[in-house]
Amino acid sequence: MLKNYFKIALAVLGRRKFFTFISLFGISITLTVLLVATAFLDQVANAHYPDTQRDRILYVTRFFKWSRTHGSINGGNLGYYFITHYLNTLKVPEAIGFASNSHLTNTYLGDKKFSLEMRQTDAHFWDILRYDFLEGKPYSQAQIDHGDRVVVIGAKTRDDYFGRGASALGKYIVADNVTYRVVGVVRDEQVANNLTAADIYLPYSLSKVSLDSRDLAGDYTGFLLAPASSDVPRMRREFNDMFAKVPLMDKDYDHQISWADSYIASYSRNAFGGLGTKDFFANLERGSDGLGWFYLSLTLLVLLFMLIPTLNLININITRIMERSSEIGVRKSFGASSRTLVIQFIIENIFLTLLGALIAVALSLGAIALINRAQPISNMYLSLQPRVLAYGLGYALFFGLLSGVYPAWRMSRLPIVTALKA
Amino acid sequence: MLHLQNIEKVYRTDTVETLALKNINLDVAKGEFLSVMGPSGCGKSTLLNIMGLLDGPSRGEVRIDGQSTARMSDKDLAHFRNKSIGFIFQSYHLIGELKVLDNAELPLLYRTMSARERKRLATEALEKVGLANRVRHFPTQLSGGQKQRVAIARAIVGNPEIILADEPTGNLDSFMGGEIMDILTHLNKTEGTTIIMVTHDESMARRTHRLVRLFDGSQVQ
Repeated sequence: MLKNYFKIALAVLGRRKFFTFISLFGISITLTVLLVATAFLDQVANAHYPDTQRDRILYVTRFFKWSRTHGSINGGNLGYYFITHYLNTLKVPEAIGFASNSHLTNTYLGDKKFSLEMRQTDAHFWDILRYDFLEGKPYSQAQIDHGDRVVVIGAKTRDDYFGRGASALGKYIVADNVTYRVVGVVRDEQVANNLTAADIYLPYSLSKVSLDSRDLAGDYTGFLLAPASSDVPRMRREFNDMFAKVPLMDKDYDHQISWADSYIASYSRNAFGGLGTKDFFANLERGSDGLGWFYLSLTLLVLLFMLIPTLNLININITRIMERSSEIGVRKSFGASSRTLVIQFIIENIFLTLLGALIAVALSLGAIALINRAQPISNMYLSLQPRVLAYGLGYALFFGLLSGVYPAWRMSRLPIVTALKA
Repeated sequence: MLHLQNIEKVYRTDTVETLALKNINLDVAKGEFLSVMGPSGCGKSTLLNIMGLLDGPSRGEVRIDGQSTARMSDKDLAHFRNKSIGFIFQSYHLIGELKVLDNAELPLLYRTMSARERKRLATEALEKVGLANRVRHFPTQLSGGQKQRVAIARAIVGNPEIILADEPTGNLDSFMGGEIMDILTHLNKTEGTTIIMVTHDESMARRTHRLVRLFDGSQVQ
């Protein structure tokens, strides 16, 4: 029966070529945009170089303290004190590392000006993140403790500063008016990795900010690496138990909070945490990570984007289906129930959208090649991985279903005699 | 086999009510070849549609093999039509996008049957109407008479007990019309299929066992 449906679907596509063109154009352009957007989200949200172990890592990015009495709130990233005195006490993580936010600095080589992003890290940062060292190696804990002025730089910084292809190992680079010796060069990562990407990495002990502060808030993000992904929930529980025992360090505040989140949750909490709650502080106490809202927003965005092409396709489908009323009448006369016909037309429509999806894959490959060449986000290389293609298939099936159900339902209600007379 | 009791059919619009059939009582025996005649608009096709369960009466009852059809669901009616009734239409109603063989096997798509078995039965049906050599043609490549033969093959492929033919020779010249009548008569005689045929043609009607005449929605003969 499926073969019969496909034969009909193919024949119908060939019957009104302009309608077919409009349908396929709408479907393929819509799916192309969704595929490219999905490839982008996949590249940003899922594990990739150098953060290849995201399923094993929890990110501690925020610390807040607030006073319900005064209605005041203060916070930011983690303080060095928080990391060394509390985070480092955790037993479940296989490794605990940290890195500061990146800070822009200018440096000069002759008349040439460079803008460089600098980030301070500890030694474990290099164990948790899987950087490819093109030259040398990361700085050691001993070098950090000793306050050696050593740095790891990215490949582009090396090429810009020392010349393309030249070795940078052991050479000196001036940044922020300080001269550093290069001990390692890593393959560049996409700049969208805003917890890890930088042009220069240096030991946290070289920070110009004092490390003696007892403030739990500061400039750092903590990385907790679990022994296995199955240990992540246990690691999160341990973090929460640990944090519950952290004393209030500042008497002006009566509450404080911090979270160990998955990568996506560390963003969704900032963007969506507390959405829908009237009491901002209550939400902080409950600790909603906003993931539900995040996924809901993405779904709504996709639906909204699909809405106009879907309505367009529904209109075309109604016209095309009603042109086939004689066929509908005949099929019903010879034993097709309304339900059977609905299924037939939905299958035909899904066939059409899958055809559009094939075109969309070809268009997406072209678009992605252009994007990768233009590099709107440095070092981000999109690709149509199987996971992205699976999403694409899902979009196509959903699109086909969405735009096929109403016309099919309307058609199935057509009285046989009326259908035969049309 | 087919029993119509006090059948009435009213078509209603916002302003007009048209009585298409009134008080029709009719019994058709198994194996009978019945023709229905009458002037245009007298309700012949309406009657045929009601007998074929394509349309429901406004009043009255249709019983087939003693079974009332009044309370059948859409699915039950579809199943019943598929198993028991074959239709032949004046304008053939072949699906233009499908080849002759695919058109002929259409009723079998709605039965549980392998594709091979469907092909076999459809080929047999096409052989019966003399079109075995046209199975790969599309309807547009056939003459009117050939199209109607395909329609007959489609009607008989599922081996129904009743065939309802709505002016099957209406679009054909007398020679081709005669050929179609030969096929229907042969079917009735050899297979024992009950055939009810609407026609305008007295000579065709004379070849059937019984004639029913309608006038203004009423049975006059």
